[in-house]
Amino acid sequence: MIFDYNVVWDSLPLYLAGTLETLKLLAISLFFGLLAAIPLGLMRVSKNLAVNGLAWTYTYVIRGTPMLVQLFLIYYGLAQFEAVRESIFWPWLSSATFCACLAFAINTSAYTAEIVAGSLKATPAGEIEAAKAIGMSRGKMYRRILLPSALRRALPQYSNEVLMMLQATSLASIVTLIDITGAARTVNAQYYLPFEAYITAGVFYLCLTFILVRLFKLAERRWLGYLAPRKG
Amino acid sequence: MLKGYEAVILEGAWLTLQLALSSMALAIVLGLLGVSLRLSPVRWLAWLGDVYSTVIRGIPDLVLILLIFYGGQDLINRIAPLLGYDDYIDLNPLMAGIFTLGFIFGAYLSETFRGAFMAIPKGQAEAGVAYGMSSLQVFFRVLVPQMIRLAIPGFTNNWLVLVKATALISVVGLQDMMFKAKQAADATREPFTFFLAVAAMYLLITSVSLLILRGIEKRYSVGVKAADL
Repeated sequence: MIFDYNVVWDSLPLYLAGTLETLKLLAISLFFGLLAAIPLGLMRVSKNLAVNGLAWTYTYVIRGTPMLVQLFLIYYGLAQFEAVRESIFWPWLSSATFCACLAFAINTSAYTAEIVAGSLKATPAGEIEAAKAIGMSRGKMYRRILLPSALRRALPQYSNEVLMMLQATSLASIVTLIDITGAARTVNAQYYLPFEAYITAGVFYLCLTFILVRLFKLAERRWLGYLAPRKG
Repeated sequence: MLKGYEAVILEGAWLTLQLALSSMALAIVLGLLGVSLRLSPVRWLAWLGDVYSTVIRGIPDLVLILLIFYGGQDLINRIAPLLGYDDYIDLNPLMAGIFTLGFIFGAYLSETFRGAFMAIPKGQAEAGVAYGMSSLQVFFRVLVPQMIRLAIPGFTNNWLVLVKATALISVVGLQDMMFKAKQAADATREPFTFFLAVAAMYLLITSVSLLILRGIEKRYSVGVKAADL
């Protein structure tokens, strides 16, 4: 039972290309996910039942079903309908990369919206009361007090979400994309060395995770320093 | 509506439930163990807990599942002959799934629990000590009851993620709901119908769990002040 370094060494280019693919998928889905999440999060704290209910239904259904099912629904499922196959979107919807990014972005937007909403709701009562006492309008209160304070406090949770998304991108390998996991599956299929193949993939993900954790630590120190426990 | 596949999918749903509940039970045990390691004043124990939580949380579930299934099977069959056992050993996918998911989500729970413990004001534990409680008493009588309220939102998330992660076990051949749906979809060439049906089943499971967990949260939040936005 010896770890076969040669195989790992030889397939390193494959893993590196996979890393780029993983990062690409992650960046695209996080960007569009966050873009959708902030308005959705604001909708989720709205007192207007219709507005709130709409966002609630969206995040509820997305968060309540596995991403694998969503991905399959988009990638395999939509092809069931002739109207879809003949529409102008078909070149996009038949591309694994596009379907994966779409499924991932939809997914992360729902989770991030709930994080934003939760963080808004957890705003200390005093901050809201003070803003009201000063006579801020609703919009100004959100812009100057609630959102800056809530988004900062959402950082630790959002870092979790980003890490979750990094890992979720591994599902892309199930729809034929060669990300890090896809590279590992290729290596395993080629040499039948599951240990070497998947442990190497794990090490790659760990490195990416450490880099992201470090970045978020820095971000927290920068924007969340005032909430850190006192040293000493 | 599902062309006679209803019973098959329900059968798969039952397996999904069994898998999710058993792995969560294992994960809670491992999570509490993990957090007591991580919050321990003994340096190397805290380090051990951190390594467990960090390494597992840093690797995708899918990779761990593939590693433990194929790698684990490979490992067992490399070791077994050394112990004088010559037949090829096939891992039971359900047991392997429970072990894998429990192991993964123990790490996530240890993080949820850690956050909750750390959010409890320091004075609470100090007051317990001042009353002359032992550290175990402080842990179970003062910290854990307050930790539960703070941990429920995170726990709810972990549980939902776990339920949904069970779908991944279908990739390595456990005949759960997802596996059955893929079979039915291939046989009937109606993937949308079957994946939608399965999505609805997952939604049902997660909805019921949310209702239950919300009840628990309400119970534990009695007497906590909240402000209106």
